[in-house]
Amino acid sequence: MSEDAIKAKGLTKVFNGSLVAVDHIDFSVKHGEIFGFLGPNGAGKTTTINMLITVLKPTEGKASILGYDLAKQNNEVRYSIGVVPQEYTADEDLTGYENILLCADLYGISRKVSQKRAEDLLKLVELTAFKDKKVQTYSGGMRRRLELACGLINRPKVLFLDEPTLGLDVQTRAATWNYIRMLKKEFGMTLFMTTHYLEEADALCDRVAIIDHGKIIVVGTPDELKDSLGGDIITVAVKKDVDITGLVEKIEHVKGVKKENGSYMIKSENGEVTAPLIIEALRKEGHVVTRLSLTKPTLNEVYLQYTGRSMRDAEESGDALHAKRMLMARRRH
Amino acid sequence: MNNVSKSKLHGLWALTNRELKKWYKAPVVFALTLIQPIIWLGLLGNALNLGSLVGSSSFTIPADVAAQFTPQQLSVLNSYFSNIGGSILQSTFGTTSYISFMAVGMIAFTALFTTMFSGMSVVWDRRLGFLNKVLSTPVSRAVIIVSKVLSATLRSMFQASIILVIAVPLGFEVGAAFTPLNILGVFAFLFLICMGLSSLFIAINIRSTRIETPMAVMNLLNLPLTFASSAFFPIDRMPGWLQTVANVNPLSYTMNGMRQLLINSSINYSDLALQYAYVGIFAAVLTTIGIVLSWRFLNK
Repeated sequence: MSEDAIKAKGLTKVFNGSLVAVDHIDFSVKHGEIFGFLGPNGAGKTTTINMLITVLKPTEGKASILGYDLAKQNNEVRYSIGVVPQEYTADEDLTGYENILLCADLYGISRKVSQKRAEDLLKLVELTAFKDKKVQTYSGGMRRRLELACGLINRPKVLFLDEPTLGLDVQTRAATWNYIRMLKKEFGMTLFMTTHYLEEADALCDRVAIIDHGKIIVVGTPDELKDSLGGDIITVAVKKDVDITGLVEKIEHVKGVKKENGSYMIKSENGEVTAPLIIEALRKEGHVVTRLSLTKPTLNEVYLQYTGRSMRDAEESGDALHAKRMLMARRRH
Repeated sequence: MNNVSKSKLHGLWALTNRELKKWYKAPVVFALTLIQPIIWLGLLGNALNLGSLVGSSSFTIPADVAAQFTPQQLSVLNSYFSNIGGSILQSTFGTTSYISFMAVGMIAFTALFTTMFSGMSVVWDRRLGFLNKVLSTPVSRAVIIVSKVLSATLRSMFQASIILVIAVPLGFEVGAAFTPLNILGVFAFLFLICMGLSSLFIAINIRSTRIETPMAVMNLLNLPLTFASSAFFPIDRMPGWLQTVANVNPLSYTMNGMRQLLINSSINYSDLALQYAYVGIFAAVLTTIGIVLSWRFLNK
C-alpha cells in the first residue's frame, strides 16, 4: 500500500479554455486522516473534489487514490471511494431504503448483501424508522444523513464530503460532525472534505489546506496554522497615559508589543499564563489595568494573514461577483 | 470487492427502474399519462373525422336531378354515390375507417412525445447532482445512457398499447390482414423507433445544464416531425417538397409499417421489410451516436 491515501501533483482544471478553477495544486492526504479544503465559495473546492471522484477530467496534472492513478485506473478508484455530494441527490419519489439499494446496484453489489448493508447503514444514520417513507417527506438533516448512508454502501476506504453541513442548523451540524468523527475512529476511513466554515475545519480536520482562487495557500494542522501567526493576542489598557511598552517587553513569553488606539496589543505564545504575569508586573509598578482581553487566533486570522482579506470579505466579493454574472446573463436574453 | 459483480451491465436495470418507478409509483402522474392518449384520440380523432366528409349522408342527389330517373335507376345511383366515400377512404388511407388510420398515427406520436420528455430528464439529473453521483460510481457510462433510452422505450410502448386498447371502443377496426401475431410486429416497430428517438433527444440534451435549451429544441422539432409524416395524412397526397421531407422521416416508416400490420387489407411484405430495415438502421445509428457521445461528454 502506498504511503498516502490521496496524492495530487500539479492538478489543474481550466473551463472553456480560459477560466482557471484549480491551478496546479499539490497535496497529499495520509491514511485515516480527516483532510479539509477550506476556502470561500468559488475557490475551486468542488472542482477539486469532482476531479478526485472521476467526474471531471483534469486539464493538467496527476492524482492517485490508494495508489490507483486517476486517469488510467478510474474504475478501481470508483470502487474504492464513497461520495457525499453537496446537493441532495437522493430521488425524492423513492423511499430512503430504495435509494440506498439503488446506490448499491450502481456498484454491482448483490441484493442479498445490499439489503443487509442498507439496514445497517440506516441504523447507523438513525433513519430506520423512516426507511419506507418517501424522501420528499425528509427534513434537510435526514436527507444529509441519507446521502451519507448512500456514500458508505460500498464500504469505501476514502470518503469525499463536499460541504457536508451546508445549510444545516447548529444541532444537525454537531450531529454530522459526530458521524464524521466516528467514521474515522471506528472504520479507520480516510476523509476528504471541503468546507467554507472555519469552525468546522478547526473542530473536525486533522489537517487543513486553505485554498483561494484555485491555489493552495498553506497546509497544516489547525494548531500549526494558528501557531504560525505567532501566538495569542493580549490587549491591555491602563489608566494613566504612560508608555508601558518597555515594561511589558521584559515579561516572560511576551514576543512583541504594539500600541494602538491607547491600548497595547501584546503577542504571546501562551496567553493564559502570560496575562496574569502582565497584570502582576503592571501592578507592581503602580499601574491600574482598566481592561484586558485575550484572543486566541482562529483560522479566520490565519486566513486573513495568508490571503490579506477575511473569509467573510472573500465570501461577499464572491457573492457580488456571482450576482454580477447573473445580471449579465439576464441581460443577454 | 467481494460480492461485487464484474459485469459491464450492472446498474442498468436499477437505473432504468428508477425512471420507471418515478412514473408508476406516482398514481396521479400515472393516471394522467393514461388519460393523455385518450384525450388525443378522443378529441383529435373525432374532431378530424375525415370519414364523415365523404360519408353516404354528405352527398344527396338534388330533387330536380332525381326526377329525371326511374326509382330503379335512382337506387343504383344512390348506392354508387354512397360507396364513393368508402372507396376514396380506402384508396387514400388504406382503410375505410379514418379513426383507425389516425390511431396508428397517434401511437407513433405518443412515442415521439414520451421520448422527448424522457430526454429532458438528463438535464434534471445534471442539475440536481444525481448525474455526478452516478458518474462517481463504477457504472459504465454507456449504461447511464442506455438506461434512459430503455425506460423511455418501455414507457412509450406501454402508452402505445393503451392507445390501441382505447381506440377499439372509439371505432378502431383491424384490417383483413390482421392476426394477433401482428401485435408483436407492432411492438418491434415501437421498440426500434423509441430507441432511436430517445437516443436522439438524449444526445441533444447531454451537455445542457439548463432546461430551457432542450425545451426550445423540442418545440422546434416536434411539429415538423409530426406533420411531415404520415400521422394524419398519406404522404403521396402531399405536395412534392413535403413528400421529400416526409419520406426521410423515420416516423412515416414506422406508421406505414404499423398500418400494414394493423389496418390494411393486405400486407406488402417487401414494403414491410424495407420499413423494418429503415427504422432498424435509424435506431442502430442513433443509439450508437448516443453511446459515443456519452463516452465523450458525460465526463467533461
